[in-house]
Amino acid sequence: MADSSQKTLRIREFPIDENPGHTYLNHEKGILSWLFTVDHKRIGLLYLGSVILFFFVGGMLALLLRTELLTPAQSIVDADTYNQIFTLHGAIMIFLFIIPSIPAALGNFFLPMMIGAKDVAFPRLNLASWWIYIFGALFALYSIITGAVDTGWTFYTPYSTQTGTSVVSMTLAVFILGFSSILTGLNFIVTLHKLRSPGLSWSKMPLFLWSLYATAVIQILATPILAITVLLLAMERILGIGIFDPSLGGDPVLFQHFFWFYSHPAVYIMIVPAFGIISELISTYSRKTIFGYWAIALSSLAIAFIGFLVWGHHMFVSGQSELSSVVFSFLTFFVGVPTGIKIFNWVATMYKGSIDLKTPMLYALAFLFLFTIGGLTGIMIGALSINVHLHDTYYIVAHFHYVMMGGTVIAMLGGLHHWWPKMTGKMYNEFWGRITCGVIFLSFNMTFLPQFIMGSQGMPRRYFNYVDQFQGLHQFSTIGSYLLGVGFVMMAVYLLWSLFKGPKAPSNPWKARSLEWMTSSPPTHHNFEYTPVILHGPYDHHKPMKEFRMGVAEESESPDVIEIDKDPA
Amino acid sequence: MNRIIEYMLPPQRSTTASDVDSLFTFINVSGFILFMGIMITILIFVIKYRRKSEDDVTPVITHNSILEVAWTVIPIILILIVFSWGFRGYLTLTSPPANAYEIHVSAASWLWQFQYEGGGSTMNEVYVPVDRPVKFIMSSEDVIHSLAIPDFRIKMDVLPNRYTTTWFQATETGESILYCTEYCGTGHSEMLATVHVLSAEDFEEWLETGLEVDEDMPLADVGEQTFTSAGCNACHSLDGTDRVGPSLLNLFGSDRELVDGSVVVADEDYIRRSLIDPQAEVTAGYPANMPSYSGRLNERQIDGLIAFIKELQD
Ligand code: HEC
Ligand code: HEM
Ligand SMILES: [Cu+2]
Ligand SMILES: [Cu+2]
Repeated sequence: MADSSQKTLRIREFPIDENPGHTYLNHEKGILSWLFTVDHKRIGLLYLGSVILFFFVGGMLALLLRTELLTPAQSIVDADTYNQIFTLHGAIMIFLFIIPSIPAALGNFFLPMMIGAKDVAFPRLNLASWWIYIFGALFALYSIITGAVDTGWTFYTPYSTQTGTSVVSMTLAVFILGFSSILTGLNFIVTLHKLRSPGLSWSKMPLFLWSLYATAVIQILATPILAITVLLLAMERILGIGIFDPSLGGDPVLFQHFFWFYSHPAVYIMIVPAFGIISELISTYSRKTIFGYWAIALSSLAIAFIGFLVWGHHMFVSGQSELSSVVFSFLTFFVGVPTGIKIFNWVATMYKGSIDLKTPMLYALAFLFLFTIGGLTGIMIGALSINVHLHDTYYIVAHFHYVMMGGTVIAMLGGLHHWWPKMTGKMYNEFWGRITCGVIFLSFNMTFLPQFIMGSQGMPRRYFNYVDQFQGLHQFSTIGSYLLGVGFVMMAVYLLWSLFKGPKAPSNPWKARSLEWMTSSPPTHHNFEYTPVILHGPYDHHKPMKEFRMGVAEESESPDVIEIDKDPA
Repeated sequence: MNRIIEYMLPPQRSTTASDVDSLFTFINVSGFILFMGIMITILIFVIKYRRKSEDDVTPVITHNSILEVAWTVIPIILILIVFSWGFRGYLTLTSPPANAYEIHVSAASWLWQFQYEGGGSTMNEVYVPVDRPVKFIMSSEDVIHSLAIPDFRIKMDVLPNRYTTTWFQATETGESILYCTEYCGTGHSEMLATVHVLSAEDFEEWLETGLEVDEDMPLADVGEQTFTSAGCNACHSLDGTDRVGPSLLNLFGSDRELVDGSVVVADEDYIRRSLIDPQAEVTAGYPANMPSYSGRLNERQIDGLIAFIKELQD
């Protein structure tokens, strides 16, 4: 308050320590210093480790499913086990992997750094989110041990109220995990509003942060609905209150409305952060100002908003009224427009750029390829008459894997490589990075492209046995999934190698402009040893690098101190 | 292109299929053009604007109003076309003609039962006339199922607490597969039925004779008839080969090992229990997905099945 009268801010360039002795990694030692850390960077890594672990588990389950599908009849497991495996695969991938993946891991690490803050607004709450997440994961584990769940990740009633499996503990796990998600969202919103460095106006905020902001809004508004839904489900199962089960006087379609009212917006919790990463990657590796900054930033918010109004497109043949189907179909198409706009903006950013096909850029290009397929096939299934034919077939399975894996997972891998030097202080092997990206890209298509054909031909999803006609395509898909597995093993090998033996990373290997690159790799405990001051946008590649390293100067300092307007925005 | 689309879709066997397929083709073709347009642009950019040196300078292009309007408006036009086309097709799919032949469908885990206007019924097999609208009025006895016939491009969930309907008009005689497409537990992927499309005369004839229960028929013959009409053949063979369930050849009188480890003799009572409450005694090595026939078969049919199974010895 004392300096509110002051109209100018004294700033100077702060050089970066390329060989930091003291970093967040060696700031404190011992396992407890990690498990109970309140440093957002360490919490980000805790999340990263956890989601990678669950991705591994979910991936192994997927390979089991694919192996079972090698033959039309029973191959390695029985029908009940198969049903439990696809439920677990889906539930783990959704609730334990993809929802926390980008926001809670990469977002936690980079959100404060990108706004020049020391930490998130509520560091302890941040740690609590991770613990709640672990607690929820333990509940999920408990449900697996006590008989597993066989309802599919959608828990449709009345099957889920009648099946003998441990649905209650699984729904409680989902309930608990929801809180972790809400708290992270809350933390991010407050941090973005309150802790931005001087000069970092909303129009200078990196697009990754805009996407996290939009995501956080959805997390806070939609997740409570899921919590209510699973709680009602648990009440029905435990107390026999008839809400969804018709034999108790409930309505099963009501559950589907509740469920998708959360789970459709949740699809955007999964994909919007990926959009943010892609914006960072394309601008950085094209070394060019982003095209349509506001279009990209606002379309995330538009998607978040429209995303709340389209849940019924999962229910065109569920018995909901025809009028609602028509309205939902109409609105669904309007999610396509802002999504298309983003793709066009990214391509336009590359125009006249200086494109460097480093591994992260390859992932960004793979994303454009795969996500565009996911989006266009989304238009296909949004069309009412076609949806009737394609609903609950492998076409849907292919579509959502193109969006979630081809979109979110690929973007996350791009982000992981992009920020790897910053997080670990080590470089990875560029050659193996590119090869692996190629392997993953090709085998991904090999796995899921045939599923579009099978689905169009009528192959239903969640099928343990299938008619002989589909065997060739299923086998092709299974071989693709094995190669995909090989791709991930290759990545694990070179990343681990980099961690232990990799060459030291410079502070800004990609010549990026956003704030997280303006400190040492790895960063020090407080990210910056000074208060950064932002003069330019995060994609102003035409401005000299030194102008991105400004910070508040002390009174006594001179002579290279510059005076600027305190609030340029 | 046509060849690819034809390969991707099942045969068109209903009056509504071709409209759905045309829209499918339209979206695929326009989507493909759009997709290739984007990918080729990216490819050109990547080649042409490849980084030449570390100090490349790039122009500052922040927006372009004409472009931005174009890529907002053109997609909006495209999606409006797709929406209204899909909407029109959906209206047809959800409005059965008034003169449709009605069949009541009852779904239960995991079988389909079809009841005809005359009063007879079939299980896991449905007979319909060609070139005449047929309307299914559907309900479920337990959880949600969904009735899908890809050849007709129809699908509709089957709910426990209300009736749902779907309709089609078959355009050629032959057989098509009917799937359950809403996950319903262990036997979900076995919950198939066959749609037999018959010519008008054959259908009338089938209604007369196919559903007839002959009072004087020997028991074992009643059993043989029931074995197909109740859909047992989908899961059980008569020649010793395993399907979903064990073959019924040489079953009678043999020792059956159950999943709980106990051993029972397959006598008349055991077979009866297998039909009425199949989950109570599950044979080791097989899934517990045999549907219960309690209430679906009359005493004579059950006795018939027992007599029929008794005779299956080699
Ligand atoms: C969806 C598939 C399916 C259908 C349809 C089906 N069954 Fe079964 N059936 C099974 C399976 C699987 C088993 C073995 C597990 C068990 O004992 O429940 C079985 C077991 C049996 C057994 C006991 C065999 C033994 O090994 O002890 C008899 C008898 C039997 N079925 C008769 C019938 C008859 C008669 C019909 C038709 C009215 C029929 N089943 C329809 C799947 C089916
Ligand atoms: C490693 C590559 C993967 C393979 C081979 C794979 C394979 C499969 C298979 C075979 C199914 C069952 C389809 C069915 O019968 O309906 C399935 C379902 C599913 N997968 Fe994957 N998957 C992979 C990765 C992912 C990822 C990364 C995600 C999300 C982040 C994901 C989310 C899901 C979901 C939500 C389901 C639906 C589960 C359900 O029906 O309840 N999968 N996957
Ligand atoms: Cu949705
Ligand atoms: Cu089913």
